[in-house]
Amino acid sequence: MSNTGATVDERIKETSKLRKALIRPELGAIVGTVAVFAFFIVFAGDSGMFNPQGVLNWSTVSAQFMIIAVGACMLMIAGEFDLSVGSMIGFAGMSIAIMSVTLGWPVWVAILLTFALCIAIGALNGIIVVRTGLPSFIVTLAFLFILRGFTIFFPQLIERRTIIGGISEAAAGDWLAPLFGGKVGGAFFVWLGDLGVIEVFSRGTRAGQPVVDGIPMLIIWALGLVIVAHIILTRTQFGNWIFAAGGDAQAARYVGVPVNRVKIQMFMFTAFCACVFATCQVIEFGSAGADRGLLKEFEAIIAVVIGGALLTGGYGSVVGAALGALIFGVVQQGLFFAGVESSLFRVFLGVILLFAVILNTYIRRIITGER
Amino acid sequence: MKKVMKTLTVAAVAATAMVSANAAMAEGERYILVSHAPDSDSWWNTIKNGLALGGEQMGVSVEYRNPPTGDLADMARIIEQAAASAPDGIITTLADFDVLSGPIRNAVDSGIEVIIINSGTPEQAREVGALMYVGQPEYDAGFAAGQRAAGDGVSSFLCVNHYIAQPASTERCQGFADGLGVELGNQMIDSGQDPSEIQNRVMAYLNANPDTDAVLTLGPTSADPTIMALDQMGLAGDIYFGTFDLGGDIVQAIRDGVIEWGIDQQPFLQAYLPVVVLTNYHRFGVLPGNNINSGPGFVTADALDLVADLAGEYR
Repeated sequence: MSNTGATVDERIKETSKLRKALIRPELGAIVGTVAVFAFFIVFAGDSGMFNPQGVLNWSTVSAQFMIIAVGACMLMIAGEFDLSVGSMIGFAGMSIAIMSVTLGWPVWVAILLTFALCIAIGALNGIIVVRTGLPSFIVTLAFLFILRGFTIFFPQLIERRTIIGGISEAAAGDWLAPLFGGKVGGAFFVWLGDLGVIEVFSRGTRAGQPVVDGIPMLIIWALGLVIVAHIILTRTQFGNWIFAAGGDAQAARYVGVPVNRVKIQMFMFTAFCACVFATCQVIEFGSAGADRGLLKEFEAIIAVVIGGALLTGGYGSVVGAALGALIFGVVQQGLFFAGVESSLFRVFLGVILLFAVILNTYIRRIITGER
Repeated sequence: MKKVMKTLTVAAVAATAMVSANAAMAEGERYILVSHAPDSDSWWNTIKNGLALGGEQMGVSVEYRNPPTGDLADMARIIEQAAASAPDGIITTLADFDVLSGPIRNAVDSGIEVIIINSGTPEQAREVGALMYVGQPEYDAGFAAGQRAAGDGVSSFLCVNHYIAQPASTERCQGFADGLGVELGNQMIDSGQDPSEIQNRVMAYLNANPDTDAVLTLGPTSADPTIMALDQMGLAGDIYFGTFDLGGDIVQAIRDGVIEWGIDQQPFLQAYLPVVVLTNYHRFGVLPGNNINSGPGFVTADALDLVADLAGEYR
């Protein structure tokens, strides 16, 4: 390898630069993103979807999907599923609420302990999967029920309610809470409001303030997670291990990849992402409910698959998953803006998702020549 | 024109549905109703019908929105989004004050009139800056039902809660227990939304607790399977059975003597009246001076025919 220098290795087939640029898992998602935006600009361009409030609305929803999609993507590339993501979101939120409101602990303690708890449950998921050799589908399905059950049981037992509020009051002045529920760029938006670029509230206690008063930390978290995960996956040895563990676990073991450790760590990372989602939600809304996060695990997996990852593992990209989340969020919120009858919402969602995935697979097959 | 639009909507292709909705917008005021109900809850059909009728009679455009899974955090996003689309008014439930008060407040502050319906309390409605509250105070309704049952000699009960994550559901059970003057304790079960699961859980509970006097269900979702469970156990007509809300099967069961009474909170009014109130407020600046209690009304076997005709549609 070291003496090749300028000489071309005749064993490697030559590939053109253009073709190289196209052979990427996220290509389908890029095409899909362009198509979806074009669609909504035509059909909902004047409905408020692209005014500052509207943009913030679908960005926030997309960012939520992105946070869990990043975790699900890494795990899926490593060859496993986590169906407990949605229940984990409800569980983590309830855990923060119980610790901070019912037990009266400082919010930062509640947040840190909840993160530790969630990551530990993620590790438990992973350990059970690698030790027993059972499909992760089944193991995490069990945790879907276990965690949701606890999320309903504990607040019922302790507070006789299934929604615990008052977290906003508890979080006031806390040093860690703004990292999840705060907003950045407030001054910038006030300036935009003064200039008349964005609308201001016309009445009430906040009259004169801009309708959009900052970018939620949720969006910052989403972008941060996407960037970090993308770098880990594409630029580090550990990233290669993730691909190897999902591509062919046995082959990976033969060449010395610690497959079990990698898989367990990916389960922990997925749990971490779910916990970030839950913490942002709880701090923003000030309450935790037993119904939070229902079906989010499937939404995460759908976003990842739109993003070009293979359900069988070993192939995928975080950027693709992020774009998949963006498509999902824009479609979901955009259909409301376009004035589609709400009972048809799922029909549209299903059609567009199916279309995106078929397009995706088709493009990938043409380009990579895989059968 | 209306007929053409109807045919187009029935055709229900992506583009046509959107075009018809957009065309309707131009005709008059535009109101959006946001509920907290998951798609699976059939009770809200009456709300949809009431809303549509209100829109038709007043000549305004109306839209119905709900979070598909009933996730209240998703509902907050829907309200934000409804506000971003700049309608004239938003009619919404206030299922969780912590989650929804922020988005509702923002909508009010950006100049959109809001009416709170169904869930929440009149006090909370005032606090978020809503014009008024239209609904049935849940705890009070449960309490009234409990007192009625106590008068009929009930001292223990089973509350079949099919939507346990919604605090209002729990309040109904709690109110009923307080009205009876007993502890709620373990008498409320989380039945889930699936009919056969509900049926089996009710049977399991009644087998384990054979001395239960009464069953309270919180709507058609839990009442219909409970009727079947009682039929199978041979308890139909024997055990004291009351329910919140009405539906086709519930009305039939009241007629058959299986259900003693149904508490009608008259959801039709909760969707219809806000449309009327908002339209008149926007057109003529007139507004009723108080909140509107749409219920509770007890529906018993007497005078059931009109209710039976319209159950599930407008009742």
